[in-house]
Parts: sequence; structure tokens; C-alpha cells
Amino acid sequence: MSTMKIDLTVNGQARSVECEPRELLIHTLRERLGITGPHIGCETSHCGACTVDLDGRSVKACTMFAAQAHGAEITTVEGLATADGLHVLQEMFREHHGLQCGYCTPGMITRAYRLLQETPSPTEEEVRFGMAGNLCRCTGYQNIVKAIMEASRHMTAMQEAAE
Amino acid sequence: MIPAGFEYHRPDSIADVLGLLAEHGDEARVIAGGHSLIPMMKLRMAEFAHLIDLQAIAEMRGIRVGADGIVLGAMVTQHDLIAHDRLAEAAPIIREAALQIADPQVRYCGTLGGNVANGDPGNDMPGLMQCLDAVYVLEGPDGRREVAAREFYEAAYMTAREDEEILVEIRLPVPPAGHAYVKQKRKIGDYATAAAAVLIGKGADGTVDTASVAMTNLGDVPVWSEIAGKDLVGSACDETAVAAAVDAMLGDIDPVEDNRGPVEFKRHVAGVMLRRAIAAAWARA
Repeated sequence: MSTMKIDLTVNGQARSVECEPRELLIHTLRERLGITGPHIGCETSHCGACTVDLDGRSVKACTMFAAQAHGAEITTVEGLATADGLHVLQEMFREHHGLQCGYCTPGMITRAYRLLQETPSPTEEEVRFGMAGNLCRCTGYQNIVKAIMEASRHMTAMQEAAE
Repeated sequence: MIPAGFEYHRPDSIADVLGLLAEHGDEARVIAGGHSLIPMMKLRMAEFAHLIDLQAIAEMRGIRVGADGIVLGAMVTQHDLIAHDRLAEAAPIIREAALQIADPQVRYCGTLGGNVANGDPGNDMPGLMQCLDAVYVLEGPDGRREVAAREFYEAAYMTAREDEEILVEIRLPVPPAGHAYVKQKRKIGDYATAAAAVLIGKGADGTVDTASVAMTNLGDVPVWSEIAGKDLVGSACDETAVAAAVDAMLGDIDPVEDNRGPVEFKRHVAGVMLRRAIAAAWARA
């Protein structure tokens, strides 16, 4: 089976891989590029552990061929922290105990990142609805919602301070 | 969960898609958002030598809202439908239904065209498009033709679309104010146990002057119940009229037992969904 060259921008860096078009994006990221933040959970587009940000959309990387992502800009959980430290969402997940085993966390945080880009000050109901594509089997979600709500307050305050 | 190999194509025009389909015949399949097709390919229940990705075809991504009707490109995603404020003003039932499909990640990828053209009886948009009296525009080697959503579905996964055609856009009239899409599902991401789409227009005399009723996942095709709509016309959506409409709808559906429940349960839920949808649509009419 023939391969094709796939160009991606991942966490700000241009990357190229040569792979079969049938390869799923999650495998390209994890196995070819060593980006293991996005996890393989259910592999059936239900759990959201493989969520990445692709051209401004939250996408389940288990349900996209690498070929479809050719030319895309991708952000994974690895791309959220800066030289100044963790992203506010990461800080808040730690602060409010938004994880236990941590398996769903990269997907949760990557999805929450896009949710807060689109809805900077969500209600609790909007957070729950916006996070409905990510499953957690540990926390019961309460602290995940709390962490996202707190991150929203921090980000809004930082935004206001900057203006 | 590794699908069989295929050659990948990303044409940027409808003409090129049709050329590839003509060249490769039933060895080729188009892919829109992929959230029905890729899971089937991963299970190896679908295999194609050629996959034709429609993502680069800009002319299939438009949303046009005019006084004389609405035109939606087949590659418009559920997320696009939800985010479009003018569309939500003109046809709020579309946003209401789209918000009940799958989850946010899936809605960023899943398209209206894929949802209606796939022919999966579990999909929500086919019933909604029948309720809205939408028309599907198909393009093939002989040009474009239009098929009413109410005529499009023949059996599960069997539609009026020919193999060498693709669905390019969906046209619909601006609907009346009274609307509701009410769906019962077991959990986020599930298909409907039963769902009802209802449109109601209120006349100057305060009674129903137009009504349209369609049901989702209660047969191997979506069910537009013409009689249920007629039973509401001329009434004030009183109990007698609603009971008649529900009875008519129950005569038109044909659910089968599966892991969402036995037939009796589905018929019960269908009645509850339709009653709720009529009440909500009438309150908004």
C-alpha cells in the first residue's frame, strides 16, 4: 500500500511524516511524532481521551485519518504550557483536584481550552454540555467542572487586567 | 481497529469528485466528516480502494438565509449550523436538533450532508429535513437534479442517490414560528430511542393553519406522518386533536426491538416525544 507525505503543524512546529493514508491521526501523533499527551481510550469516538485541537476545533484523533489532517494546525496538551509555566487550565485541574488517575485529563484540558476560547465565561450548565464528549471514570466530574469554571474566572481576570 | 488500506484523494471541485467517482466506480467512496464512515472502516465493515475527501470543496460549505428560503451546503457541519445566528433566527429548529446530536467533538466534524445522505435511520437530520420539506440537490455526470427529502429514503442505507452522484446542497423553505425537536436518548452520543420534529404555523383566527410531523429512528427510514400533521390543522392543539395526531403517527411508524427497548416501549416513547414536541411548538407558534 502506498504511503503519502503528510505535513502538520503540531504545537507550533512544522512536522512531516510519511505514512499510509489509513493511519489514524492518534497513531501518527503518538507513534511517529512521540506526542503521547492525547491518549487512546475507547478508540470508538466516545470517550474523548484522544481529543486534540485541530484548526480551531476539538477533534477526536481516533476518528480522523492522518491524511484528512494534512495541512492542519494541531495543538495537544503538550502545547498549552509556556516557558512561564503551566496553562491556567492545567493549574486549576491540579488546584481543584480535577483528576485522579489522569487518563482522561489531556483530552479534558484540550477540550476545555477550545470551550473557553468560544465561551470565555460559561455557566456551569454550559461547561457540562460543552464537555459532554469527554468521559471520566474517576472524579464524577464535579471537580473537573469546578476547575474549568475557576480557569474561566482567572482567564477573564487576566484578560481584563491586560486591557 | 486499523482500517483496510486505501488511496486518498482530496479534490477541490465537484467536477473532480465526479471524475474520480466515474473513474473508480464502486471502489470509491466520498468522505465528509467521517464520523459514520470511519468507525465502519475501523470495524472493517466498510472497505474502499479509494477515499475521496470532500473537505476542500469550498462551494459545499455555504449557509445562505434568504426571505425565499435557506440553502445549506452538504459539507456544513453540525457545529456550523449551531453557530450561525441568522440561520437560528430563520429556522431555530435546526439549531435545536443539531445540539442534540452526539457531542461537541463529533459536531465539529459531522456534516449535514453526511447525516442526511448516509441513510442511517438513527440519524436526526433526515426526519428533520422531511418535517421542513427540504429538497436535496444531487449532482452527477448528467448535471444536477432535486429530490424531496420526503421521497429520498427507500430503506436503511438505501436512498434515491445514484452511485455516481453526490449530494451537494440542501434547500428548504423558511419554516413557521412554531417548532420543536424533542429526542429521548439513553446517553450523550446515543441515537434516539425516539425523536419528534414538529412545525406549526398559527393562523389569524388563532388555530393551526399548517403542521408538519416527522419521527426519527422508528422505522428503517425516517417517518413523515402527513396524517398527523393534518389532524392538527384547524385545531387549537387541544387534547382531541393531539390524541388524533399521536394515533396517526403511531399508525405510520414501524419500530423494531433492539438494545434501546422492545417495540411497545418505543411506541410509548414515540407518543411522549410527539406530545412534548407539539406542546412546545404550539407554545412558540
